[in-house]
Amino acid sequence: MNNILIISKRELKSYFATPVAYVFIVVFLMMTGVFTFYLGNFYERGQADLQPFFLYHPWLYLFLIPALSMRLWSEERKSGTIELLVTLPISITESVLGKFLAAWGFTTIALLLTFPIWITVNYLGDPDNAVIFASYLGSILMAGAFLAIGSCISALTRNQVIAFVVSVVLCFGFILSGFPLVLDFFSNWAPQTILNAISDMSFLTHFNAIARGVIDLRDLIFFISFIGCWLFANVIIVELKKAD
Amino acid sequence: MIEVKHLSKQFGAFKAVDDISFSAGKGEVLGFLGPNGAGKSTTMKMITGFLTPTSGDISVCSNNVLTDPIKTKKSLGYLPEGAPSYPDMTPLSFLHFIAEIRGFRGNEINKRVVDAANRVNLHSVMNRPIETLSKGFKRRVGFAQAILHDPDVLIMDEPTDGLDPNQKHEVRLLIKEMAKNKTIVVSTHILEEVQSVCTRAIIIAHGKLLFDGTPFELESRSKYHNAITLTVQTDSPDTLSDQLMAQLKTLPSVDSVENITTEQGKASFSIFPKKGASISKEVHSCIKTNNWEIDEFHVESGSLDEVFRDITTSSDISAKGALT
Ligand SMILES: Nc1ncnc2c1ncn2[C@@H]1O[C@H](COP(=O)(O)OP(=O)(O)O)[C@@H](O)[C@H]1O
Ligand SMILES: [Mg+2]
Repeated sequence: MNNILIISKRELKSYFATPVAYVFIVVFLMMTGVFTFYLGNFYERGQADLQPFFLYHPWLYLFLIPALSMRLWSEERKSGTIELLVTLPISITESVLGKFLAAWGFTTIALLLTFPIWITVNYLGDPDNAVIFASYLGSILMAGAFLAIGSCISALTRNQVIAFVVSVVLCFGFILSGFPLVLDFFSNWAPQTILNAISDMSFLTHFNAIARGVIDLRDLIFFISFIGCWLFANVIIVELKKAD
Repeated sequence: MIEVKHLSKQFGAFKAVDDISFSAGKGEVLGFLGPNGAGKSTTMKMITGFLTPTSGDISVCSNNVLTDPIKTKKSLGYLPEGAPSYPDMTPLSFLHFIAEIRGFRGNEINKRVVDAANRVNLHSVMNRPIETLSKGFKRRVGFAQAILHDPDVLIMDEPTDGLDPNQKHEVRLLIKEMAKNKTIVVSTHILEEVQSVCTRAIIIAHGKLLFDGTPFELESRSKYHNAITLTVQTDSPDTLSDQLMAQLKTLPSVDSVENITTEQGKASFSIFPKKGASISKEVHSCIKTNNWEIDEFHVESGSLDEVFRDITTSSDISAKGALT
């Protein structure tokens, strides 16, 4: 446990040692602003809730999260520090979890920095704060799922651009996996059970369910186990490909 | 403290390390010698637990690397080739991180970091990002990282590669200083390094272990080991040359004599002893009785370059032979 925290701490510090952290946070806050106020018609709707704010989170994450996760393992491989990391007396699982938690923690910080909008909506009206809280929780969980994919993909290559592009494509697939765009791709050849499984994995469906204010255990379990599976694959990939 | 048995590593169809066995104990500085691509780094990566062997067994401080990796890694210090470290960190924060991972807590962390930094003269750059440091300092950061926990076994892959002569000298001093109560393995393709720091040398080429012995044993394999280089002053080099060669050849321990150069007023010779014999006394008294005027008299210790070439290229031929 301790080793995981030490790895997280180092990783998190390195975000702030470079402009990465600040650029990410500024862009994130700007984009949420743009989405909420322009596209979401926050004021014009005349309703005291944060629905337009959360509505665009999946699309925001689609590009921002892979930009954050692409360096997690690619950079270690490119600079050769992976040899150092793997020969330190910690397990690969601890490294994978440590790095993931750092990235997840960082995204959570960025998300929490949107708190003024929560204050604003409470100032303007009388929103259902339980729903807002649930939406934040759902957003954090969904960010974790994006990050787990990104981390796993970045372990596959030492090229950050490739890691970014592949992660974006995969994340896009999982956002829309309950929708015809993705399902049509499989429907010609895959059996119905697999089609059902794929459509059950839609981030959008699970996120929207939580964001409505109903924290269903199934949605929580979905995101947690989704993260678990990708991180497990991440450990295996690091183990197999560390020296390539 | 290190025991390697029948170690092999295969990359696809290519055998990078082929059935290597050796062991090294406390106080030994073991030098891995071999041309580029010989399999030195691959062997080290397997000992440090970075690569999984295709077959064979490795134990470090009586822990098995394969079944007990974490415990083994605790007793190891490793400087990978090129001394990788996190470029955006400072040496201070980097060593701090290593100390924490190595299990030190509280005041002990600072003590270890300062101690390691002092040993490699790093204190002047502790707060600069590593990416802005010179090659020599980056290497020192790698050293500090490897010795911070005072490991029983220290493994260093080409620690002096790319350093200037002064820095190389410093590194060798550091290795010698630490050697007393550790087992140290260093890889190099610089032969003088073996003579100056190693107590034992292993030669690897094409993944195979071709020699395992002391640097002295390695030298004594040389044709030039205990050979004498002799330069004589004379007005008529050609006649003296013939006379001298004939005389020296009659000496009981002399195997052969070669004329190296004959120039104006001087003639130089290499005198080779019979296997294992020492010829300096015989040659010396021969010089006395003939009253030759000596310009240079030098007992050679042996040319490692030559032995190295000999050992590693003869395997070249056998490897090629095996292919055809
Ligand atoms: N990950 C790898 N995949 C394929 N071949 C490799 C890999 N690592 C090393 N090799 C090959 O194994 C051989 C030995 O390499 P190495 O141990 O680095 O040599 P040395 O350190 O003695 O110069 C080289 O021919 C190298 O190309
Ligand atoms: Mg090498």
